[in-house]
Amino acid sequence: MSAALDALLLQREIEAFYYLEAELLDERRYEEWLDLLTDDISYFMPLRRNVKFGSHAAQENTQEGRDAAWFDEGKHTLTQRVRQIATGIHWAEEPLSRVRHLITNVQIASASPEKPGAREMDVKSNFLIYRNRIDDETDIFAGQRRDCLRQAGDGWKVARRVILLDQSTLLAKNLTFFF
Amino acid sequence: MSSTRTGCGQWVDNERGIIERDIFVSDEIYSRELKQVFGRAWLFVGHQSQIPNPYDFFVSRMGAESVIMTRDKNGKIHVFLNTCRHRGMKVCRYDQGNARVFTCPYHAWSYSVDGNLTSAPGGLAGVPQLKAAYRDQLDKSQWGLVPVAKLVNYKGSIWANWDKDAPEFEDYIGGMKLYLDAVLDHRDGRPGGSEVIGGIQKWKVPSNWKFGAENFIGDLYHITSHRSVDMVAIGPSGAGRRDAPVAPKESAKRPPPFASIGFPNHGHGLIGNLPHTEEMPYVPSFTLTPEVEDYYKHVYHARVANLGAEKRGLAAVGTIFPNLSFHGMQPRALFTWHPNGPREMEIWKWYLVDADAPATVKDVLRRYYLRYAGPAGLTEQDDMENWNYATSASAGMEAGRYPYNYQMGMGFEKPAPDLEQAVYTTAVTEQNQRIFYKRWAQFMEADGWNDLRPENSSAFADIMARRQT
Repeated sequence: MSAALDALLLQREIEAFYYLEAELLDERRYEEWLDLLTDDISYFMPLRRNVKFGSHAAQENTQEGRDAAWFDEGKHTLTQRVRQIATGIHWAEEPLSRVRHLITNVQIASASPEKPGAREMDVKSNFLIYRNRIDDETDIFAGQRRDCLRQAGDGWKVARRVILLDQSTLLAKNLTFFF
Repeated sequence: MSSTRTGCGQWVDNERGIIERDIFVSDEIYSRELKQVFGRAWLFVGHQSQIPNPYDFFVSRMGAESVIMTRDKNGKIHVFLNTCRHRGMKVCRYDQGNARVFTCPYHAWSYSVDGNLTSAPGGLAGVPQLKAAYRDQLDKSQWGLVPVAKLVNYKGSIWANWDKDAPEFEDYIGGMKLYLDAVLDHRDGRPGGSEVIGGIQKWKVPSNWKFGAENFIGDLYHITSHRSVDMVAIGPSGAGRRDAPVAPKESAKRPPPFASIGFPNHGHGLIGNLPHTEEMPYVPSFTLTPEVEDYYKHVYHARVANLGAEKRGLAAVGTIFPNLSFHGMQPRALFTWHPNGPREMEIWKWYLVDADAPATVKDVLRRYYLRYAGPAGLTEQDDMENWNYATSASAGMEAGRYPYNYQMGMGFEKPAPDLEQAVYTTAVTEQNQRIFYKRWAQFMEADGWNDLRPENSSAFADIMARRQT
């Protein structure tokens, strides 16, 4: 009974973490959002391709560390993105877009929080991100985040994020927000 | 397009430096572009490194249409229209892969890549019920995939043309060759020594395709739009947004002028250095990553040795008419502005590196390219915003009465030394945009390539005649 309760509490804790993260992004509190990322975070969003049945594992997504991608970077660049928005003259985000993150299907893939040293955990979640810009510009992005969360003090931080956007040709003019 | 306008000369007035907004939004002009421009011009399709093995294919675009670039068993590259001759279904809906035969999903007509058992590559190989339903009366030799009229593998880059009357590719690019070479060659000067990084970025932008082409042909004026990225400093030496192009002051050798260089008879242009025969002084540009810096230093010295006193030129950006643009230095890339209707384009981006560069160098470059360029690039995000709203504003009923101003630097063009029939101006000018739209207007009006031969064009002479002395 206790193990089941622990799992439930952990699930709730992780969901609360993601809701907080989404709130920070949607409220444009980017500096606080950066604090939820470890300094060594890897942030990767591959390109997706249409490939023949049976070759998806090898060819559907571009490979980290080798191929082109939408994002393949760390905290330094993410911080630069935040600073660029804060210049007030980053015209792709000036005026600011309205962005809403819906985070669902949170699945803790592996975790052993009881054991000392096992302070990392793989978590999958789905996102639906809505962006509205100026007046009629509207984009909807759906996909999955595959995170590695690392325990830091009382809370968690994102140590690795792989973003699978469910589009091959990007149906948006730019990616000026965070996943 | 108003009915009183009869010719494209009335949309593009090069004598006054005035261009009508209609050319960015009109459905009629767009339809005409597909036929007159994209149906005749040499178009970039892809790179040989994307299909290294027999039967590899990559699905690309020419204008608004889908094409398949494949390699046959003998290594020969072909480009076919991606549509079944029976009912039009795309015979290939994968982005890339390996296949000897393309079979249409609709009625299973199948086409052979290398013409095995058919009359020609892309020939119709299999037709279900040929005997029972067609009574053996279908002449398969007449119903193969439609091949392009002309195809060239230029230093690994694959170009194709639908018009059999088009000039050969090297005549089409003319003096621009020097600068295209610099993009495709190895940085140490070896011909065609570059390769494509795996994965082509493709994205849709609510903008007319010409806004991209004209930006990259010579719009240095817009750098003010990128001030935010300079402020956060994403450059590979930790400053600005790209490698410093300026030689140290104490250097004895002065680099040739950095200028807008245009080819009026061809329609191409670039921003870069005028041709020179001696390598410019070495400028450290990857100081944050010593391994990459070492590589470029090494490559620089190899280049000095390899090129000797050969003529050379390097472009920061350029456009080959109509819709292929490139970053010649960093982030080195080829990209196409595919027309998706007058108010939308699809941008495809191929990133390039020296094929034999060490893995660390490729990795650092790739990461830099991605933070600079593409839809997530800190620099290029702002470009798409500008072109987006420039396009929608071009459609205004009232605004449409007020054409755009392309007068910057008009009359101050000079003949470019060491380039035939080319002009140059200080880097900040609209010379190349005027050249681009003049060529565009010629294509829109011409009945065929007989009216378009660069050697018969008076565009260069016209610019010279209008010089302010």
